[in-house]
Parts: sequence; C-alpha cells; structure tokens
Amino acid sequence: MSLAPPHRRELRVTANEALGAYRVLRVAAPDRAPGESAPEPGQFAMIAAVERWGGGGDERPYLPRAFSIARCREGEWHFLLEDVGPGTKRLCELHEGSALWALGPLGRPFALPAPGGRAVLVGGGVGIAPLAILQDTLAGPAPVLLGFRDAAHAQGAALLQDALVATDDGSVGHDGRVTELLARELDSAEAQAGRQQPVVYACGPPAMLEAVRALCAQTGTPAQLALEAGMACGYGACYGCAVPRVDGRYLRVCVDGPVVDASELAEVVEPGAYGEVPA
Amino acid sequence: MSVSLAGLDLANPIINGSGTFDAIAAHASFGDALCEVFPFAAYVSKTITLQPRAGNPPPRLFETAAGLINSIGLPNKGLRGYLEHDLPQLERICATARPAGARTAGVPLITNVMGATAMELEQLVAACDQQDAIAAVELNVSCPNVSTGLDIGADPEQLREVVAAVRPATRKPLIVKLTPNTADVPACAIAAQDGGADAVSLINTLRAAALAPARAARSGERWLGGGTGGLSGPAIRTVALAQVAAVAERVAIPVIGIGGVQRASHARDLLDAGASVVAVGTESFRDPATGSRIAAELMCVAETQM
Ligand SMILES: Cc1cc2nc3c(=O)[nH]c(=O)nc-3n(C[C@H](O)[C@H](O)[C@H](O)COP(=O)(O)OP(=O)(O)OC[C@H]3O[C@@H](n4cnc5c(N)ncnc54)[C@H](O)[C@@H]3O)c2cc1C
Ligand SMILES: Cc1cc2nc3c(=O)[nH]c(=O)nc-3n(C[C@H](O)[C@H](O)[C@H](O)COP(=O)(O)O)c2cc1C
Ligand code: FES
Repeated sequence: MSLAPPHRRELRVTANEALGAYRVLRVAAPDRAPGESAPEPGQFAMIAAVERWGGGGDERPYLPRAFSIARCREGEWHFLLEDVGPGTKRLCELHEGSALWALGPLGRPFALPAPGGRAVLVGGGVGIAPLAILQDTLAGPAPVLLGFRDAAHAQGAALLQDALVATDDGSVGHDGRVTELLARELDSAEAQAGRQQPVVYACGPPAMLEAVRALCAQTGTPAQLALEAGMACGYGACYGCAVPRVDGRYLRVCVDGPVVDASELAEVVEPGAYGEVPA
Repeated sequence: MSVSLAGLDLANPIINGSGTFDAIAAHASFGDALCEVFPFAAYVSKTITLQPRAGNPPPRLFETAAGLINSIGLPNKGLRGYLEHDLPQLERICATARPAGARTAGVPLITNVMGATAMELEQLVAACDQQDAIAAVELNVSCPNVSTGLDIGADPEQLREVVAAVRPATRKPLIVKLTPNTADVPACAIAAQDGGADAVSLINTLRAAALAPARAARSGERWLGGGTGGLSGPAIRTVALAQVAAVAERVAIPVIGIGGVQRASHARDLLDAGASVVAVGTESFRDPATGSRIAAELMCVAETQM
C-alpha cells in the first residue's frame, strides 16, 4: 500500500475537461516523498481548492472532500468529478493553473487477482473512477460493466476501454441495471465449466453495491467493494466514516477501506438508513 | 518555546484535542514519517471508557458554515482493550515522536477518560496511574450523570465532588476538560481546581443539531445518528476565546485553550487570553501537519522578538 507523507500537498491543475455529465480534473502528480510509491487502484485523496474553499451553498465547503484517484499516468493524477454539492461544484470550476490541496494517496486499495486469475469490473455512476486505474493496472483483459442514469452520464464510460453499458432510462446500451449484466456475465462464467471463478471489483452507489454484494453472495463469487461514506479527515482521525460490519462493529471506510471484501458486510446501506448497531 | 504544563515538559505549546487525532491510524497511514516531525508536543488519546463502546450509528458528521458537528459517540475498546492493545503502540509512537523545536524524540502521553460516576472515573484513573507510559490523565466530564441526567461537568458542586473523589487515585498530573454547555464555565473551572485538578482544558464541542438536507432521503428528520452532536472548528473560535479568557482570569492552575485554531495567530490569541498550552482539533482533519506548522510559526515569531 502506498504511504502518503503526513501533510497535505499543493498541486496544480493541468486540465479540466467535460466528459458527458462529469468532469475529468487532471493535476500534476506530487513529487514522491521518500518511500512513497505510485497510488494503487482504489486509493483516494482528500481534496480542497486552495482558493475560495467556503462561501458556496450553505456557506460550505469547509472540510476537504474524498475522491478516488481515477488514473495515474504521465506525471498526472486524474479525478472524475460529479457536481452534487458545494465542494464538488467548486472543484468542477477549477482550470489549468488553479491550485488544490491534496492529502493522499490514502486507504486500502483493491487486492489484484492472483496471477492468471480473472476479474470482472462493475461500476455505477461516478463510482466508475477507481475502475479506470484498476483496468490500467490489470495484466490481462477483464469484462467492464458500467451502469448510468442516462445518456449524458453514460458518456463517462469513455474513461475505460471496451465497457458494456446499461442505463436506467434505456437510452444507451442495456435497458436496465448493471447488475443484470453482471448476472449474465457470471452465468456465462459458470457455463464455462472448469474455468477459474472470477473476482468481482465493484464501486458505485449503495443500492448498486448492495445488489452486487447480494448477487455475489448468492453465486459464491468473491467480491471487493469500494465504499463511500461522509469523511472529515480520510486518515482515521475523526471516526466519522463508520459503516457497520457483519460482526456488528463499525469499520472506518477511510482506513479499513475504502475497498472491503464483500464478506465483511452484512449489507450495503444508504448513509443514514442504518438502524441501531449493538454496542 | 518549551513550556511546562503541570509538571510535563513540552517542546512547544501545541498539543492535540482528545478524539481528533488517532496516532495509531495516522502511523499506519503515513508510516514513520509521522514521527520525524510529530504534529504535537504531547499526545492526548481519545476518550477511554470502562466498557468498550461501538459509537453512534451513522451519519456521524454534518458540515456547517466553517464548522463540523460530530456525533461520533466515543467509540473505544474500553479500558482493558486500551491498556492491552492501544497503549503499547502509543508508547512506541510517543517515544519516537519528535515535535517541532525538539532536539530529541519523545512526547508525553496524556490519556483522556470518561465515566458516568465518580467510582467509574476513579477506577479508570487508578488504572492509568499504574502505567509508566501514561504521563498525565485528562477527565472528560461531558458525560451525563446516570441518576440526574445532567453532565457531571455542568454543575460546579458535583464537579468538585467528582474531582476530589478521583484525585487521590493518581499522583500524575490531572487535567479536567470542562464542558462549555453550561451557564457558568468559570465556576466549574474553580470547582475543578478546588477538587484538586492540576490544569483545566476548554472548550469541548458545543451541543448542536442538524436536520437532513432537502436532497437527502430522510429530508427534514434529524440527520445525526446520535440525535444531537457537538460543534467544533472555526465556527466556535470566538466562543472559545471568551471562555478561555474568563476561566484564565479566575483560576491559578494552567489552562489548555482549545477551539477553532487553524493558524498561529489563533493560537497566539488563546495564549494571550491566558492559556499556557493550545490544542488543535478539527483543523488536523484538513491537514494532519497543522500542529507542527503552527508550532514552527510560533517559534519563528518568538525568535525574531528576542
Ligand atoms: C473514498 C471515496 C471516494 C470518492 N470518489 C469520488 C470520485 O471519484 N468522484 C466523485 O465525484 N465523488 C467521489 N466521492 C464522493 C465525494 O466525496 C462527494 O460527492 C463529495 O464529498 C460531495 O461534496 P459536496 O460538497 O459537493 O456535496 P455535499 O453537499 O457535501 O453532499 C454530498 C452528500 O452528503 C450529504 N450532505 C449534504 N449536506 C451535508 C452536510 N451539511 N454535512 C454532511 N453531509 C451532508 C448528503 O447525503 C449529500 O447527498 C468519493 C467519496 C469517498 C468516500
Ligand atoms: C470528531 C471529534 C471527536 C472528538 N472526540 C473527543 C473525545 O473523544 N474526547 C474529548 O474530550 N473531546 C473530543 N472532541 C473535542 C475536541 O477535543 C475539542 O475540544 C473540540 O473539537 C474543539 O476544538 P476544535 O475546534 O479545534 O476542534 C472531539 C471533537 C471532534 C471534532
Ligand atoms: S474520515 Fe475520519 S476516520 Fe475516516
């Protein structure tokens, strides 16, 4: 796992381009600190604009925001952004030369498949981001299944190569859920008897991750899920990013994740929809 | 700029607020580089209780204009888990941690404890007293009394009794972390002093609530899993300054000033208001190196003034 230096670093934006309903923000990668290696697939950074961070909607943002490192190539880090509130809105406005603060790379990355092992990548919405760097890193080709709301969001699929797309409104690709594509893929994988079982790598909204988790549990397919949670710090300091584990205790998404083995969770739930967890 | 706090020697006047920096997790995230320039001149643990606590259900965070409401719920492994599992790791980290301005490694470890009764607190403090790795104990008295429901630290008379009951359990420095959620904070500070405290720290978070934003699924309902939470960050800085000044005026023991500190000038304000030491909390979330940056800046100014 790549270790970040214990301080935020100022990075320069090199480009900010539209990709359908999303933006791809590229920044000059920081000089590597002693012992620091390249970001690994699934790792993230806590990001804030150096200027005018605050004073947006509800007089926010104040804290930095978590973003998957979507790609690390040619001296740049790429982020895929969706404007959903004051923090992402401000970051979407940045342009070449703008400065941002970044703490990272942080968190537990995807565990790559064993040599010769097969992978299936499943993404939903802006959750496709960590799958791009995962695809760049994998040794061989792996099926990529991506789900989006509509055609504008489905343009995000261009971040990866050879993706099969599903849309909720049926405007592009398969009319329905990405998990339907996954079920088909696992069926055909099963049909090819004798072949090794794939590992499913998934990131996306909670409802999608839950559907992936349930399907993989049903079919006995190992799965790694990249989770999201509201975060204040990203490095285990605040205990704010808690998600209940199968044993009733909480994990911290920032340091115990964001990538967790599906077997660690009883269920993936919308933030705020958790019931009481026994002490 | 070394300072002495109730018998502890600190290389600089900047420490952390309890519960805002997990040295074990930070060491796992950043490696030994964390200790090469350690952000704080003393390390304060998060609050430890007698029994393990899982913490509150999520969501635990709500961002406000220049502030943060948390309802974390003091998750911790309980006294036994802390002593067996965390303390050996913290001891190693504190022994190798070199704060800004220090020639050698080593920062004192302050353990923060909370109990619902004087008896519980006494047990916690007595257990800390046995540990060489622990340099001082901080009492978090923002805990509801089981019989009255009032925070132990909110009523001066009750607070004096609790501190006096706990005091004989240790010869180590005893710090009382006051609650700001009460009518007369200086009266509580005097009560802590009368009970035998060696120092007081303030402010803890201000009680606050938030409703789910219009966009969220539970729009209009309570947002935080714990119902209410505590407000911290720049939003409380001026409240902290007022309370620290009022307390420092009235007590003879040292005061640890906490609340909304983001840069050296904010720390300077609390020191000028009478604090001996300043703790950084929420700002460490934005940058884990905040503490050492502020300490270095303070020392730089001190040098040019000499
Ligand atoms: C590990 C990880 C990786 C991520 N990767 C990406 C990525 O690659 N690309 C991307 O676009 N996003 C990513 N995200 C999500 C991103 O961090 C959030 O979209 C961002 O924090 C939203 O901030 P905002 O200010 O724009 O929106 P906010 O207004 O903060 O809203 C975001 C959500 O938070 C809740 N919320 C609303 N108001 C508040 C409040 N006052 N306090 C607390 N919560 C509130 C609501 O549920 C809301 O829908 C990732 C998150 C994590 C944890
Ligand atoms: C997420 C979070 C967790 C906290 N946990 C504790 C705790 O366990 N014990 C305690 O005494 N204070 C706790 N505090 C209070 C801080 O130590 C500090 O008093 C307060 O946040 C004000 O300082 P700040 O504005 O610099 O954050 C916590 C604060 C935050 C934000
Ligand atoms: S975001 Fe602070 S502990 Fe995970």
